[in-house]
Amino acid sequence: METAALVVIAFLALAALAPSVLAPGDPLAIAPLDSFQPPSLAHVFGTDESGRDIYTRVIHGTGASLLIGIAATAIGLGLALVFGLLAGFGPRWLDFGTTRFLEVLFAFPGLLFALLFIVVYGPGVVTSTIAVGLSTAPGYARIIRSRVIQVRTSPYLEAALVLGRGRPSRIVRHVLPNVAGSLFVLATLGIGQSIVWASSLSYLGLGAVPPAAEWGAMLSAGRTYIASFWWMTFFPGLFIVLSAAATTLLGRGIQQRGRES
Amino acid sequence: MSALLSVRGLRVRFGDAEVVSDVSFDVAAGECIGIVGESGSGKSVTARALLGLAGRQASVTADELRFDETQILDASAARLRSLRGREVGYVSQGALVALDPLRPVGREISDSLRLHTSSTPAQRRARVLELLADVGVPDPELRAGQRPDELSGGLRQRAVIASAIALGPRLIIADEPTTALDSTVQAGILDLLERLRSEGAALVLISHDLAVVSRLASRVLVMHEGRIVESGPSASVLAEPQHPYTRRLIAAVPTDRPRGTRLGPAPAVPVPSPAPAVPVPSPATPAPATSLNGNSGVTPVAGRDSAHPRRAEALTPEFPSTPVVVAAGLSRSFGARLAVDDVSFTLERGRTLGIVGESGSGKTTVARLVLALDRPDSGDVRLLGEPWSTATERERRPLRPRVGAIYQDALSSFDPRKTVGQIVADALTHGRSQRAGVEVADLLRRVGLDERVMNRRPARLSGGQQQRVAIARAIAPAPDLIVCDEPVSSLDVSVQAQVLDLLDELQRDLGLSYLFITHDLGVVRHVSDEVLVMRAGRVVERGATEQVFGAPQHEYTRALFASAPRIGGDLDLWPVPSVGS
Repeated sequence: METAALVVIAFLALAALAPSVLAPGDPLAIAPLDSFQPPSLAHVFGTDESGRDIYTRVIHGTGASLLIGIAATAIGLGLALVFGLLAGFGPRWLDFGTTRFLEVLFAFPGLLFALLFIVVYGPGVVTSTIAVGLSTAPGYARIIRSRVIQVRTSPYLEAALVLGRGRPSRIVRHVLPNVAGSLFVLATLGIGQSIVWASSLSYLGLGAVPPAAEWGAMLSAGRTYIASFWWMTFFPGLFIVLSAAATTLLGRGIQQRGRES
Repeated sequence: MSALLSVRGLRVRFGDAEVVSDVSFDVAAGECIGIVGESGSGKSVTARALLGLAGRQASVTADELRFDETQILDASAARLRSLRGREVGYVSQGALVALDPLRPVGREISDSLRLHTSSTPAQRRARVLELLADVGVPDPELRAGQRPDELSGGLRQRAVIASAIALGPRLIIADEPTTALDSTVQAGILDLLERLRSEGAALVLISHDLAVVSRLASRVLVMHEGRIVESGPSASVLAEPQHPYTRRLIAAVPTDRPRGTRLGPAPAVPVPSPAPAVPVPSPATPAPATSLNGNSGVTPVAGRDSAHPRRAEALTPEFPSTPVVVAAGLSRSFGARLAVDDVSFTLERGRTLGIVGESGSGKTTVARLVLALDRPDSGDVRLLGEPWSTATERERRPLRPRVGAIYQDALSSFDPRKTVGQIVADALTHGRSQRAGVEVADLLRRVGLDERVMNRRPARLSGGQQQRVAIARAIAPAPDLIVCDEPVSSLDVSVQAQVLDLLDELQRDLGLSYLFITHDLGVVRHVSDEVLVMRAGRVVERGATEQVFGAPQHEYTRALFASAPRIGGDLDLWPVPSVGS
């Protein structure tokens, strides 16, 4: 399973970094005569309403989708790290304040919160990335906070105190590395989720705007024709599922390995 | 008399590893046999195999495995179930986790009644109360309705026993029934088991503790690496052990050893490979003990005189030393509960002060106050003549390296991301100098570890090796004082002996002072120059070790000593009323 996930991720990474190697064509080139072609040797994934090659568009869209996923996760984890460390290390009133604030954020369903943000700042790739990052942050922050507290109160931190280590040295040498371990797993698990969310926003027309090649936007465009031309929605959807599943599997694999050692 | 349970040639294998080999014994009604051995000796697996509970990966074979008329290996699942509930009672090792945390204990006990008898709820309830009263649970009406976390360890164990005997089984298998309990509570549980036996039940008692087994069992089987190495009547096995392993096991029990004598055979160097242990050949000692050491990965090393001089001679060079620790009038309360109440003591250089008491007596709180991990509400601790408990953490920091600590659970005191080498190097006062690697290797050798363990993670080491790493870390900054909080309580008796010997040796060589906290009277007697007996936060008795043990003054001390199981009635090992010099 993990090897399969790694192969998929390697393929996606290649598609994101050098799309032209896998699909030399232009993702935006239209050919009205070739519209709505079913998958064939000439067009592996078929063509859309303007005759654009869906395979080329899906490959060229990988970069945008993955970037949104990674950037959103980074934003979410970054914010969460700040809040989590503040709550975990700060005085009791700060922990109390931060935790209550996070609970307020939690009260909004994640996607609703992202929508709210986009309504205020306008649709687009950047805003939807930030929106997704923001709405995943509270969940991560809670996990980081509890992990910080768990490590901070562990017997080995007490042992470090007994050895005469100061607070900064205890945090840098023991707490951060131990928190970072679980953070890495969270991140890989989170990327898949962020890709799905970002695609959902694009699907709603709030993320990447057509004709940009982005999986969610392509799904949205294909929705109109889903009854007659299934390939327009199937292949972008397949890639969303593949990328999310592969990153999640990888995350689980790392988690498992961490548990065993 | 025909045997109720008859076992012939029992073998249990997990994959390629045979964990129980050729075990045979009989138990008759009203008889108690004890199975003794260290962890990994196969005694628990044996017990579980008797019930058909060895697990799915296990392959169990036997020439005969018969309970009354039933051949257990051929029995159907349904027959085994009825056997387990009705005729064989099983008291499991983890009494504290054997009960469902969300269900009242009364419900748990009535389960076996509900499953195996036809009775009305009212009848069952009456029977549960009767059973609880029977096993000595006070106020059964109240207790039956409580969940396990509302009960003390002793009451929980009694509840487990109550459910095991609910249907009047003819055979009771008790696997380490008292291991997690304080000695006075343990004494009560053993009395209860003894009473059940005298009422006609057969009892198989499994324990690592020779003293516990010898108290109940008429016959003892000593297990080692899955085999029975010795068996016979308890008294004769304990008085005249034939097999070297049994001798070593008995010798390792610290109760009868005065201060300053070794418990183990010789200084031992554990070999880093924990697994199937081919003993490293040591040319000078092709000792008979070698074959026995395989399991713990320990090989005797030659060239050491095992007759050590008494510590007092080697140590105390005449300098006007300030006491290492002076604690005056320490009190600490948590909420309304006074955990430590007006405790004072002085610990001189090179000496060991033992603090003994049952759980909840406040001894660990005293350790935390001395380590300045907690502040006393009143009173103060001075370390090496300097203010300690009243100082700020910043002021304490320069003195921190002078105090080390080792804990019961060594593993959890290590950062899980670090290797043994990193853990010990972290403790060196000068940080990560270039010489650190050499020093770490020296320290590991000093505590009897092979320096190759440096690159291992502690989780991969055995319990004894982990405690040695903890000791290496504690002595790394060249401390004056080491606070030892139950350092050997979770170790097997022979490993415990090695660790105690190591601590003793280090004290003599490095002039360390120990504050040694334990609930184990034998251990405290073996290691301490002076003893404090604590109860409910107060010091009830104090004095020179031999004096306190020889002639205990306080009634609680006497009760504590009386409840401690000791090996063999004939071998009246202690209390020995000799007065220390």
